[in-house]
Amino acid sequence: MKADPRGVLTGAHYLDGDHAAAEGGLAAGCRFLAGYPITPSTEVAERFAARIPKVGGGVFIQMEDELASMSAILGGAWAGKKSMTVTSGPGFSLMMENLGLGIMMEVPTVIINVQRGGPSTGLPTLPGQADMMQARWGSHGDYEIIAICPSSPQEAFDYMITAFNFSEKYRVPTLVMMDECVGHMTEKVVIPPADEIELTPRKEYTGPPEEYLPYLPDKDMIPWMTKAGDGTRFHTTGLTHDEKGYPVMNADCQETLVRRLIDKIRKNADEIAIVEEEEVDGADVVLISYGISSRVAIPAIERARREGLKVGSLRLVTVWPFPETRVRELAKNVKALVIPEMNYGQIYYEIERCAAGNARTILVPHGGGWVHDVNDVYAGIKEGLK
Amino acid sequence: MTKETTVTEETQEQAHPMDELLRMDRMPHIWCPTCGLGTVVTALAMALDKSGISLDDVAVVSGIGCTGRVAGYIKVDSFHTTHGRAIPFATGLHLANPKLKVIVVSGDGDLIAIGGNHFIHAARRNMDITVICVNNFIYAMTGGQVAPTTPLTANASTMPYGNFEPPFNIPYLADSCGASYVARWSSLHVRRMTTAFAEALAAPGFSLVEVVTPCSTLYARRNRLGTGLDLLKFYHDNCEIEHGADTRSLDIDFQSTIKLGKFIERRRPTFLESLDDWYGQVFGDKYEPYAGATSE
Repeated sequence: MKADPRGVLTGAHYLDGDHAAAEGGLAAGCRFLAGYPITPSTEVAERFAARIPKVGGGVFIQMEDELASMSAILGGAWAGKKSMTVTSGPGFSLMMENLGLGIMMEVPTVIINVQRGGPSTGLPTLPGQADMMQARWGSHGDYEIIAICPSSPQEAFDYMITAFNFSEKYRVPTLVMMDECVGHMTEKVVIPPADEIELTPRKEYTGPPEEYLPYLPDKDMIPWMTKAGDGTRFHTTGLTHDEKGYPVMNADCQETLVRRLIDKIRKNADEIAIVEEEEVDGADVVLISYGISSRVAIPAIERARREGLKVGSLRLVTVWPFPETRVRELAKNVKALVIPEMNYGQIYYEIERCAAGNARTILVPHGGGWVHDVNDVYAGIKEGLK
Repeated sequence: MTKETTVTEETQEQAHPMDELLRMDRMPHIWCPTCGLGTVVTALAMALDKSGISLDDVAVVSGIGCTGRVAGYIKVDSFHTTHGRAIPFATGLHLANPKLKVIVVSGDGDLIAIGGNHFIHAARRNMDITVICVNNFIYAMTGGQVAPTTPLTANASTMPYGNFEPPFNIPYLADSCGASYVARWSSLHVRRMTTAFAEALAAPGFSLVEVVTPCSTLYARRNRLGTGLDLLKFYHDNCEIEHGADTRSLDIDFQSTIKLGKFIERRRPTFLESLDDWYGQVFGDKYEPYAGATSE
């Protein structure tokens, strides 16, 4: 299915990551954004608010808070509109409640978190990458989720489309984990023609309305979806439910449901995984990074290579589900994995787990507020070669 | 009983009049004997039936609590959401497909305490949804804790010596935030409640019907008020109907007069009317009105 040209601003632009993400959403067919202002993500909502009356067929609303924003986009998606919201750290915390509802009800939606320094109000105008574990585990209960980390305005545009496609394919809220640097850096963004943008359609139920079972899984573990007003008169709930969507309070139903919610992502982890590799074959050290940190790492890697050191790079575009298979393989072939991230060890521990003692894992931490000093990343690489 | 009823094949085949409106495969419901919620659901089903609105176009959204379970029993597209968030969820449904008739049915704790912020803003925006607030004066599902509607001096498990917090006057709250339609009835007043639901559904903008209902298991028992039936008798003897009453006069004190009626009915532009009107002025003919458009 191709993109609707009305939402696609084809051409070369000079955009910051926030604006590019808004354009990515529009190009992906998003026609409902409910949000609440918070630095450094507000520009996404502002761009959408300015554009949607001109694009047509959609609506923006500034809700009273992030609880309401996240809740409203679930309603919007159930009514048949591609829906998204956008926030930063403190607002992301508030969204965790209804993110869980979206996971339980299996609602295709996209949530952008333009990460800033935390905890709490932290550094509103400065970058962080410390919400990565919150993205994975922030809502209560057990689940799997998809999270993508763009590292440039172009990628903010491109991966918004990927995010919407994943959310439709797997019926799961999909997180776009940007950071303040990516959100506020301005670069060239090329938006392709609508007929070059491939969209994943909703997995629509087309059978007789009276026979519809909203949570009967297909072979791929994903149930078919309808929208409110289609005449299927379905029920959906945040409670543990059976195939009819009716609450069932017992361990058997819980096991069936939660296992499927997890397996539909976990068993497709390799298919979902997007990584970029560079010179990993024969490398002694591989630097693993995501988001803005992967760009900051480039000069450090280049410097090490100029000195004749064998350094590869593995960039994680999707961080959740964790691209476990590739990291496990890689760990068997290198001396060390070096992980620069703007926190004191989040994705690092996932990598350490997957390395399983086969390679040393070296964290290059940073508390946030600014990107890494290139010298620190270089020192991490040198440490890995010892 | 003067005549014995025998179940014949013929009587078995007869459909229940509520078959089309309720999820009979979910009966019996979870509510206690003499709870008012069954009456509220019946009244809503009757109002929907009479309204002539296609049930395919109706969505019911509930939050959490005893009333939160309403969404599960009405045979329309129905959403049992998170605690307090029924109104923003309903807002999303309505905005994404304005053709839907979106009804929120939830309790006083859900809508006025944890969801209070959403309630006031939906009323302020005059979002075109209908809200039915079932007020039993207590948190029933969790075992009888104090609510923002518990009358002064009434006992609750977290006000074990009686409530000293002043309660909200819900119609006054809705009125002051700009709601288009505001009424209060009790679950004893079935006919009037049904009419109010139908009027609220027809009213453009944010419409609110508060329904005072007995909670026999928690509120009545903790306060030694007898059974749900005793509370209905109390409503019978102590409710006063005063249409158009000043909403400031609608406080509910412990076991004293409860004023009922239709208090507010006014026409104010809804959120989407304002949006389309304003963008029409700003963009002129280039603007394609949103609200009339169908969802893809």
